[in-house]
Amino acid sequence: MATASSPDALADATRDETSLRRFLHGLPGVDQVGVEARAASLGTRSIKKSAKLQAIDTAISMVDLTTLEGADTRGKVRALAAKARRPDPDRPDTPPVAAVCVYPDMAATAVEALRGTDIGVASVATAFPSGRSSREVKLADVRLAVEAGATEVDMVIDRGAFLEGRYGFVFDEIRAVKEACGEAHLKVILETGELATYDNVRRASWLGLLAGGDFIKTSTGKVSPAATLPVTHVMLQAVRDWYTATGQLRGVKPAGGIRTTKDAIKYLVAVHEVAGEEWLTPSLFRFGASSLLNDLLLQRRTQHDGHYSGPDYVAVD
Amino acid sequence: MSVWEYAPAPESRDLANLQPAYRPFIDGAFVDGGGDPLTSINPATEEPLAEVGTASASDVDIAVRAARAAFDTVWGPMPGAERAKYLFRIARLIQERSRELAVLETLDNGKPIKESRDSDVPTAAAHFFYHAGWADKLDYAGYGPDPKPLGVAGQIIPWNFPLLMLAWKIAPALATGNTVVLKPAETTPLSALVFAEICQQAELPAGVVNIVPGAGDIGSTLVRHPGVDKIAFTGSTAVGKEIQHALAGTATRLTLELGGKAANVVFDDAPLDQAVEGIVNGIFFNQGHVCCAGSRLLVQESIAEELLGKLRARMSTLRLGDPLDKNTDIGAINSAEQLAKIRELTASGEADGAERWTSPCELPERGFFFAPTVLSGVEQSMRVAREEIFGPVLSVLTFRTPDEAVTKANNTPYGLSAGLWTEKGSRILWLADRMRAGVVWANTFNRFDPAAPFGGYQESGFGREGGRTGLEAYLDV
Repeated sequence: MATASSPDALADATRDETSLRRFLHGLPGVDQVGVEARAASLGTRSIKKSAKLQAIDTAISMVDLTTLEGADTRGKVRALAAKARRPDPDRPDTPPVAAVCVYPDMAATAVEALRGTDIGVASVATAFPSGRSSREVKLADVRLAVEAGATEVDMVIDRGAFLEGRYGFVFDEIRAVKEACGEAHLKVILETGELATYDNVRRASWLGLLAGGDFIKTSTGKVSPAATLPVTHVMLQAVRDWYTATGQLRGVKPAGGIRTTKDAIKYLVAVHEVAGEEWLTPSLFRFGASSLLNDLLLQRRTQHDGHYSGPDYVAVD
Repeated sequence: MSVWEYAPAPESRDLANLQPAYRPFIDGAFVDGGGDPLTSINPATEEPLAEVGTASASDVDIAVRAARAAFDTVWGPMPGAERAKYLFRIARLIQERSRELAVLETLDNGKPIKESRDSDVPTAAAHFFYHAGWADKLDYAGYGPDPKPLGVAGQIIPWNFPLLMLAWKIAPALATGNTVVLKPAETTPLSALVFAEICQQAELPAGVVNIVPGAGDIGSTLVRHPGVDKIAFTGSTAVGKEIQHALAGTATRLTLELGGKAANVVFDDAPLDQAVEGIVNGIFFNQGHVCCAGSRLLVQESIAEELLGKLRARMSTLRLGDPLDKNTDIGAINSAEQLAKIRELTASGEADGAERWTSPCELPERGFFFAPTVLSGVEQSMRVAREEIFGPVLSVLTFRTPDEAVTKANNTPYGLSAGLWTEKGSRILWLADRMRAGVVWANTFNRFDPAAPFGGYQESGFGREGGRTGLEAYLDV
């Protein structure tokens, strides 16, 4: 069996289509009942007081504040950027978010609005969200984002090709996108809701890591189910195993469907206990979210003030 | 972020509604027992929790007579549908008082609150719900029309799952129309006496359930009492043998659920991460104080190193400490005596040449604690491969072929449970056929359900508890 922890197996894995298939199919299976039970059990951790406050601030700093709508305008993106810089203007000690995530044609606006900050601009690309176009178009999409100044590119894999078993094709595409990214960090969206099985999630995770993705990301947010805890467990285990095999730290980004502080803390517990505490940093873990931020801000206020203040006290953007 | 320490999240001790003193429950009332009172301590702090009155031999006699009278006049003649109402009521009361029972169980036993809260108490309630359903359907249980109860059941339970083992014993006995005299373990009598309160709340007729706390001598008196029609015992194999010896040649029926040294068998095609979870659950659940614990890991040699690496990494995340903290994974060992036994056997493993790895966790200064430990390089001939440790200590052995796995798994005088880890369905069926164990789990471990019969082979005992099969132990069939 091609075991995950053997470096030789990794060097060999990407030699050709056959080796890649053999490697991915040689990964240990994921037992659905077992992984779901483990995720549920870790979900019962009780995070209170100082641990909760620390978790909230960490979660805020990990948010990729996202707007991916047909109705997006420059005004909307500028408002989002303002929120990203100062999530809670009344509480200046609130950390800024990690990045703002937009469509490629809005990247330039976001870059402009965030100039002078450390906040990243993430642009989706590669015919997001379906990924159904030619490679030429997808790469042009990436170049559009990068040339506009995006520091992070969130690509989608070709799920059709993956489900057909054409792993080499998917691998080459990720490689090509990575190259087109230049300095920009690459997040590889697996769209786990369309891959359907945990075995597929594990294989796609390894494929994304082998091809050079800096992050593996669950979902576009346009397909249901989006991020789930057990899927994120499988992906966190993959980056952990990747680290054991190669010494390289790669990141994970669950996206879509995480709306409450309570949920976000469950994800942080999973990061802490499945991948390890090294991953509790925005450079290795992100939340792709929009409404989550306001719940984090409300809960942050509640922790500091000792009482709940209500949704009118945080900005709607 | 800087290191993320989970802040203490203790469940409130007050929820246990702890009383300064508890008394035996005989013939529907709490009475002063004639035995010397014992003090139940909190194994996590070594502090006394409460004084518990114990039964004397004559109290046992009174309890058995009360149970007989209740059987003859009320409980035996009562239609099943009526008995069911009491069982349903008890089940609901356990749920209503679940937080109290969970905290009390954790204080008295040392197990983590997350286990008493999420496992022990809900499963105990589930046993009463399940058996309540059988009470009026015994005609359809497969034992012919109108199967009769045995009469008075004497039941002796261990300290590892005090309330849950009580439920396993009392629920089927009452559902089938028997009355009971139950002796809880000496170190964990409290939840049984709160259960007695629940019987009062449910207005269970006097004498149907009697609880007689005490040490081994009281158990022995109960076993030898001529008024008892059936003995059900869960505990050590040594005591089980004594009981069987004592009852040989008498008309008293017997079921025994004894020790185990279960094999958890991991093949090279197993879902490895979930196998690691299953191994951890198998041996570290309830500090390994589980008769069906997966205490022998049999791993295919070709993946042994990888699996052990993953296992050690996972074990390093186990949180040992205050059992009342909701984030504690490993609580306290139940008694100083048990801790000494675990230490002695673990040392013997090292002396025999096994390699010891212990999870790097700090032990509290007070209380009985033992860090999760793996002994690798264990051979079949070593004591740690043969004797039940009943603690958080895993012995690791390897195998090369499926046949060898079966041979090694079965090479034990016990035979209570086994775990199999492989993605190959045909192999699961092939192995399950060959495992000499009462329960075989495939790609999971320590899963309990009132509908699933539980029990052992050989020195793990005989008789089944749970499911349709488990009813037989309390029916004259």
